Amino acid sequence: MESALLAGLQGLLDGPSHLELGQIVMILTGSLLLYLGIAKGFEPLLLLPIGFGAILVNIPLAGLMEKDGVLRFFYDTGVLTEVFPLLIFVGIGAMTDFQPLLENPKIILLGAAGQFGIFLTLLLALALGFEKLEAVAIGIIGACDGPTAIYVSSKYAPHLLAAVSVAAYSYMSLVPLIQPPIMRLLTTEKEKKIVMGIVKQPVSKTTKILFPVVVTIAASLVAPLGTPLIGMVMLGNLMKECGVVERLKHASENEITNIVTLLLGLSIGATMEAGKFLRLETLMVLGLGLIAIVLDTAVGVLFGKLMCLLTGGKINPLIGAAGISAFPMSARVVQVEGQKYNKKSYLLMHAMSANAAGQIGSVIAAAVMLSVLKGMGIG
Amino acid sequence: MDIWTFGWTVALIGMGGTMLVLWLLSLLVLLLKKIFPYKGEEAASAKE
Repeated sequence: MESALLAGLQGLLDGPSHLELGQIVMILTGSLLLYLGIAKGFEPLLLLPIGFGAILVNIPLAGLMEKDGVLRFFYDTGVLTEVFPLLIFVGIGAMTDFQPLLENPKIILLGAAGQFGIFLTLLLALALGFEKLEAVAIGIIGACDGPTAIYVSSKYAPHLLAAVSVAAYSYMSLVPLIQPPIMRLLTTEKEKKIVMGIVKQPVSKTTKILFPVVVTIAASLVAPLGTPLIGMVMLGNLMKECGVVERLKHASENEITNIVTLLLGLSIGATMEAGKFLRLETLMVLGLGLIAIVLDTAVGVLFGKLMCLLTGGKINPLIGAAGISAFPMSARVVQVEGQKYNKKSYLLMHAMSANAAGQIGSVIAAAVMLSVLKGMGIG
Repeated sequence: MDIWTFGWTVALIGMGGTMLVLWLLSLLVLLLKKIFPYKGEEAASAKE
C-alpha cells in the first residue's frame, strides 16, 4: 500500500522534475505572445493560439508533439500537407474587395515593388550563411502575408516555420510603427504634399466576376507551381463577386477561416519546442524578417518616386509604401502620413489600390519564386 | 550551383517575373474594362 502511494505521488512529481530551463524560457515566450495578442492587440487571432501552442508543447511529458499527440496530428494533417494556409487563402479571397485596384489598374505595379524585400532579404540570408532553401523561407517574410509565409516555409524549411510565422505576424501588426520613418526618410517635403486626383472609374459586375478567373489562368500559366496559392485566393474572390454562393462565401470567410486559424496557430505554436526554437538562428530570422519589411517599404516608396517622376508629379510616392500585403493597415498608414503634411491630401483610395495590389503581389511573388526554384531543379 | 549564382538568379528572375506578371494583369484588367464597360443601369439597379 505504502509503495503504491509513493509510486502514485511520484507520478505527480514527474512533470516538475523533468522541467528544463529551455522549456521554462519557451513557456515564458508563449506567455509573452499571449500578452501581445490579448493586451496589445497584435494579431490576436494568430498570436493567441500560437502562444498557447508554445506553452502546451513545452510541458514536460505531455507528449503533444509525439507520434500520437493531438498537436502532431494537427501539424501533420494541415501544415505538412499545406492544406491549412490554402484554406485560409479561400477566406482571404472571400473577404478582399479588389474594386479599388480594378478602378485604378496602373497602381498594380506598386504591388510588385512592395515584394522586392523578399528577394533582397533572401540575398542577405545567404550572406549570413543560411542554406538556400532556408534563405527562401526567410525572404518570404517580406511578403508581409502570413499564409504565404507559412505555405513557403513549411514546404522548404519546416524547421524554421515557427520563427518565420511569428516574425511574419508580429511585424505585420507593427506596420504602423515600421513604415512611417522610412516613408519620411525617402520622400521630399514637396513629394509628401502632392495631392492626387480622384479616380472615378466604376467597374462593371462582369469585370469583377471575370477578374479572379482571368488572374488565375494568366498567373498560373506563368507560375504553375503557385497555382494552389493563386487559385485559392481567387476562388474565394469569385465566390464573393458572383453573388450566387452566399453560403459558401459566408462559410469561407467565417467558419472555415476561424477553425483553420485556430488549428494553424496551435500547429505553429507546437513547433516551438525549446530544443528547436532557442537557437541563434531564430533571432537571426526575426531580425531578417524586420529587414524584409523595411526593404519592402523602401523599394515601394522608391518605385512610387519613379512613378511620380514619370507622371509629371501626379503620383504621391507615399502610396508606394502600401504596396505590401498588410491590408488595409498599410493604406491607413499612408493616409495618416499624407495628412500630416497636407490636410487637403486624401491618399486613402489610392493607397487602398496599392494595398490590394500588394495582396495579389505577395501571392504572385511566392508563385514566381516556387516556379523559378522548380525550374532550377531546387526544392 | 554556388549560393550567389542561386541567390542572384532567384532575386533577379523573381523581381522581374513578379513585375512582369503584375504588369500583364494590369493590361488584362484594362482589357476587361474595355470589353465590359460599366453601365449606368447597374448603378440604378443597385439603388433599387
